[in-house]
Amino acid sequence: MVAAHPGATPDSSAAAAQSPPPAPQPDVESAPFWEALRRHRVLLQRCTACGRIRFPPMPACPYCGGRTSVAEEVAATGRIYSFVRVHRALTPSMSGQVPYVVAVVQLDAGPRMIGRVDGDQESVVIDAAVRPDFVDHDGWTELRFALVDAAGSAP
Amino acid sequence: MTARAAITGVGYTPFTRRSGRSVLDLAAEACSAAIDDAGLDRAEVDGVASFMVMHDSVPCQAVATVLGLGEQRLLLDVDLGGQGPCYLVTLAAAAVNAGMARNVVVFRAMNGRSGNRVGTMQFAGMGAQYRYPIGYDAYMMYVAMWGRRFLHETGGGAEDLGAVAVAQRKFAERNQRAVRREPLDIDAYLDAPYVVEPFRAADCTIEVDGACAVVVSSLDRARDLRHPPAVVAAGAYRAGPRSGLDIGDHLLWDDYTRNYTSLLAADLYGQAGLSSSDVQMAEIYDCFSSTVLIGLEGLGLCGRGEAGGWVRSGATAIDGALPTNTHGGLLAEGYLHGMNTVAEAALQVQGRGGDRQAPRHEVCAVTSGALMDGSALILTTDR
Repeated sequence: MVAAHPGATPDSSAAAAQSPPPAPQPDVESAPFWEALRRHRVLLQRCTACGRIRFPPMPACPYCGGRTSVAEEVAATGRIYSFVRVHRALTPSMSGQVPYVVAVVQLDAGPRMIGRVDGDQESVVIDAAVRPDFVDHDGWTELRFALVDAAGSAP
Repeated sequence: MTARAAITGVGYTPFTRRSGRSVLDLAAEACSAAIDDAGLDRAEVDGVASFMVMHDSVPCQAVATVLGLGEQRLLLDVDLGGQGPCYLVTLAAAAVNAGMARNVVVFRAMNGRSGNRVGTMQFAGMGAQYRYPIGYDAYMMYVAMWGRRFLHETGGGAEDLGAVAVAQRKFAERNQRAVRREPLDIDAYLDAPYVVEPFRAADCTIEVDGACAVVVSSLDRARDLRHPPAVVAAGAYRAGPRSGLDIGDHLLWDDYTRNYTSLLAADLYGQAGLSSSDVQMAEIYDCFSSTVLIGLEGLGLCGRGEAGGWVRSGATAIDGALPTNTHGGLLAEGYLHGMNTVAEAALQVQGRGGDRQAPRHEVCAVTSGALMDGSALILTTDR
């Protein structure tokens, strides 16, 4: 629906490049998720009616409408469903980061999540196995993903 | 719906980088032009409908006021982006069919380049907190995410995206309104750097300042007006299940290779009493090139996995089996959020396409939107 012309790219001044990305603004539903990330844990909601684990956090189940859920820690391992490689930053805070990869990851636990994928960029392909990789920022922790090699360990 | 409504007129402002004008002024110019183009007296216009993203436009109330319209039976402001144009024409036609209004002007107006730029807007919503902090921060990226998966599953590649951009640029060369008119071939396309892989600049729409409007009237009234009616034979909107927390939240969508077009196609053809093989030309929403491929397949205009090869074969060119995006698309004409896509469809069905007129234009499919939700029309001649 909406789009950016590449001309929209902000100038990549050094000052802009050094400004941090915006911190997440947690809400009532997402606060436990963000708090768990600070401890390098991935805490999601499991619907107590249909049993599905969901993401993002929300007040009811998008599959069955069930209004109750329990918090459950997941391993956040999975495979890349799709990805983009950003060559030109659309916001000044990311201009020092390009090129970078953002992937949608199909978690083994069920839902899909989103995160940057660091490491050997040539090895980022659809269906590549990934594991969680926690990056601490000032005041919040980012969930990234790292490629898992064929032997099952992270490079 | 029973086809008792039609698009009777279209209006545009110039598309520019910096209008230096208010959005209300742009809206008034395009709406006024559309009413005049239809041949209607302003006193006959009793409805205005529009859409905006993050308050980047003006309310219909204001437009009705500055146009000097009389009593309004329908003022409809919708908080949508590019999903909106076919949806609003559908609603306007339904209102006309129901006797709620007689002539409704549908518009989109924005200083989309010099003012609030949708491409870099931060969409407020519960889903935003997971995207913006990690640099997943533009609609281009979301569509690219789907495009990558689509190419993966259908065996497509850069040449397929490029074929869309090249084919549409050929139309733009014939369209004086288009912002991008310089010739483009596949080699130049492939030589260009990525912006957000798999997209290069030519895969992306170009933001502009401007406005575009169409008038929806009853078919009976349309038959007495200046131009042949572009009959609204069918109109549909569809949001798939789990369409997300905001317009950028696609994490709950199961299949990134199919968008709303797959979901509404049966309704659309059923209403029109037509099948996909009856469609003679198409105007497919194209904020980015991949949405053309997904839309062609979603509407059944070609088979699954065939869209890329089909476009490469020339099928969507002016002399092809299904001329598509005859104005150059949003990729080349400019980003009026698909309102100009609907206006182009109406011009073509009316036989007013000029140098870029499709030879067979009795049945045209039109879409609005790229991902989880969107809308579509079948416009036909008065048959």
